[in-house]
Amino acid sequence: MTTTHRADALLTADDLAARALRQRKRRRTTLSIDAFLMVFGFLMVLPLLLLIGNAFKTPQEMVAWPPTLVPNDPTFANFRAVLGDTPLMRWMLNSFLFATMSTVAIVITSAIAGYVFGKFRFRSLNLMFLVILATAIVPFEVYMIPLYFQVQSLGLLNSIWGLLIGYLVMSFGIFLIRQNVIHSIPDELLEAARIDGAGEIWIFWHIVLPLLRSALGALSVLAFFQAWTAFAWPLIVATTRDSYTIEVGLALFQTGFTVDLGRLSAASTIVLIPSVTLFVILRRNFVQGVAGTGLKE
Amino acid sequence: MLRRKRWIFAILALLPVLLVYGWVRIFPIGEILRLSLHKWDLLSRNKPFIGLDNFRELFQDTLFQTALVNTAIIAFGVLLVTIPMAMCLAALIYHRTHARFAWFYETSVFIPHVASLVPAAMAWKWIFDARLGPLNALLGVFGVEPKAWLFDPVLSVVAIIVLCSWQALGYAVIIYLVGFKNLPHSLYEAAKLDGATPFQAFRFVSVPLLKPITLYVSVVTLVSAFNVYAQVFVLASDAQGAPGRQVRVLVLDMLENAFRNYRIGYAASEAVVLLVIVLALTLIQFTLLREKGGRR
Repeated sequence: MTTTHRADALLTADDLAARALRQRKRRRTTLSIDAFLMVFGFLMVLPLLLLIGNAFKTPQEMVAWPPTLVPNDPTFANFRAVLGDTPLMRWMLNSFLFATMSTVAIVITSAIAGYVFGKFRFRSLNLMFLVILATAIVPFEVYMIPLYFQVQSLGLLNSIWGLLIGYLVMSFGIFLIRQNVIHSIPDELLEAARIDGAGEIWIFWHIVLPLLRSALGALSVLAFFQAWTAFAWPLIVATTRDSYTIEVGLALFQTGFTVDLGRLSAASTIVLIPSVTLFVILRRNFVQGVAGTGLKE
Repeated sequence: MLRRKRWIFAILALLPVLLVYGWVRIFPIGEILRLSLHKWDLLSRNKPFIGLDNFRELFQDTLFQTALVNTAIIAFGVLLVTIPMAMCLAALIYHRTHARFAWFYETSVFIPHVASLVPAAMAWKWIFDARLGPLNALLGVFGVEPKAWLFDPVLSVVAIIVLCSWQALGYAVIIYLVGFKNLPHSLYEAAKLDGATPFQAFRFVSVPLLKPITLYVSVVTLVSAFNVYAQVFVLASDAQGAPGRQVRVLVLDMLENAFRNYRIGYAASEAVVLLVIVLALTLIQFTLLREKGGRR
């Protein structure tokens, strides 16, 4: 729109008319793209909105045909019932502790391993890195059965510690930090510090970690969500009512005896709130972290 | 001397991490390979080595075959739905990067990916519900007979593909957006000068240039879809005590063999099959990538 005015002066009236037409056409295309993306985005979140709507419905409205999309007579009864009948808050707490501890463990292990693999060039280290690279491809579901017996032999079944053992390290986290170390920490900086007599631990703590802050932030968001939404592992490791994570508790709650959809939706809504809120707040970090996964090579 | 000191620091720092990694990753991976060659029924004390017997039995096991076929159909179904859609959406979102609601386009597509699996599956379970669900109500408006989405063996697979694609889409879009941002701008200028329409530029410039991204996203999508479990657990088990279980998938079959039938060795051989599938997919990705590099 703000193209040079001098060029306009040299154009004939016909050219101007043609350009105006093109511009109008372009604006119409833009507008229809916007409209399409709006509608599509709305449809993407619609299932979750419907779920939240159901949470506020009375049992009578829940079975009405045709189904209503927005509750006519919103009620909090479902929330009260589900919070009273199930240890939902306990399950949330379990999930929260599990996810937090897993995040801490993953951030620590990834920061150390990523830094060492990124900045220390020794052949023996390269070999270890290759082993990690090779095992990174193996999905968790493949080796979770032996891991279950390891947890069992430690007597940690049905505890948060047992859950944690499956989520102590994240190969992708090591790659992500290594990549960041290589690209954003110049060797000269570290050499200068060494010449000034700084020890290796001091360098890691006072130079490397501050420079990795945003990468570690992105990684922690990813790690937290990974543990928060874990399903198969908690399902086999935490099998008592008190040790369920929220996902497992909810899934088993819905297969259990007579459950009405209103209460299920209320429970689901309560579960969705923290993850979606956290995502909206940390959107930038999250997208940065996920985008990092695509740049592996 | 200095080099030696640095080496010692590197090893000392790395040692705890490597120990943990070895213990929670490398050891169980080795174990799964070992167990798959043994007969271990958990209740019995000894675990005799039986070679490839588990695998031989596996490929005659109709439940396993069903699981393998279902999982493959779901995985490739999700791939076929997700990749083209994600590429087009990312192109449109990238085109409108500076629009006022650009954040909404990106966020709304991505939210299903971060929403907890079980609540999200619960939402779809209601949508697909035969008696009360809005999908049948909507179809009814167009005169389509109501369908038992979650009870029909074919339709329930369709429902799972829809759910998994809905969740996988956001991830693919984000990766494609990164891809679009890294494409050289000059090529589009050139295409424009040659009189290419935006659609032609997309078809003949973006699509080929994004091939490495497409390969990467495809493999990630396939691998995660091959591990599908939670979605099936919620969608295909009924609220009134699970009579259904029509959709048997690999992970479900594996866990059932391990923790319901107590056949650990047998379940381990299933895990190895899953591993082989994942390795094959990754290998295909690398081969195709290298091929492209060679031609350049």
